[in-house]
Amino acid sequence: MRVGVVVFPGSNCDHDCYDVCDRILGVPTTMIWHQETRLPDCDVLIIPGGFSYGDYLRVGAIARFSPIMDAVIDFANRGGLVIGICNGFQILLEAGLLPGVLLRNRSTKFICESVFIRVESNQNRFTRNYRSNQVISLPIAHAEGNYYIDADGLADLEEKQQILFRYASENGEISDIANPNGSLENIAGICNAQGNVLGMMPHPERVADPILGLTDGIALFQSLL
Amino acid sequence: MKAKVYISLKKGILDPQGKAVERALATLGFSGVEGVRIGKYLEVELKPQEAETASQSVKEMCEKLLANTVIETYRYELEPD
Repeated sequence: MRVGVVVFPGSNCDHDCYDVCDRILGVPTTMIWHQETRLPDCDVLIIPGGFSYGDYLRVGAIARFSPIMDAVIDFANRGGLVIGICNGFQILLEAGLLPGVLLRNRSTKFICESVFIRVESNQNRFTRNYRSNQVISLPIAHAEGNYYIDADGLADLEEKQQILFRYASENGEISDIANPNGSLENIAGICNAQGNVLGMMPHPERVADPILGLTDGIALFQSLL
Repeated sequence: MKAKVYISLKKGILDPQGKAVERALATLGFSGVEGVRIGKYLEVELKPQEAETASQSVKEMCEKLLANTVIETYRYELEPD
């Protein structure tokens, strides 16, 4: 098992992802500069959070056309595992690897806090080390995390069980009060229909080291091993 | 030649920024405001070329990068120098 972390100008969670995979899990991990056009040999690609290209034009819109992205799209289409976290999720949406879009938070504010997330299903590659309906605590840090998709798209996500994470209360209730950013149906993370591309707004890599207190994020990375 | 590109949110897409501005206008006493939608305006300087070529090229720019057609619509005007 090998992991690659794609680095754009403005990425700022790249080293956190690298640290979790390489040091904590002991998986050989490579940083991949966005100007590269070929991927090193790897089984999992992480598109980390940050502010690629300063969020100019639209979040993720310019990073999506970085030279490395053709190789990333090709890797995903061949069944490689791809995880986009926060800005990485926004980039995967712009690249068309995941459906829908992330709008400005309904409060218009940048939100940085710990929230409760319900794991909707553990029947996929990314969440198999969680229990279905398990409530975990993960931090969010974003201004554009308000997930939106049209009615047909939503029905499709529900039917194919592509919604993996929802914002919830501590006891797992899905309600508007537990929704930090206005996301449709409290959606916090989805995968593609094939189940090999994940996008999520919360940051599992920030809560994966016991020294930092919470460790609810580590199971996501362990699920990939 | 210059292309003036206008990008706006599709009907029905929530615009929290527009809502915030709408509330601020109401606070200022502008009671006649029914809604505010915030969009983008871009000016793209083009090399001299046939209007038809330019139009096709700007359309592609909009579809590929300038607008996210999941939530946005676009229109543009070409302005000769």
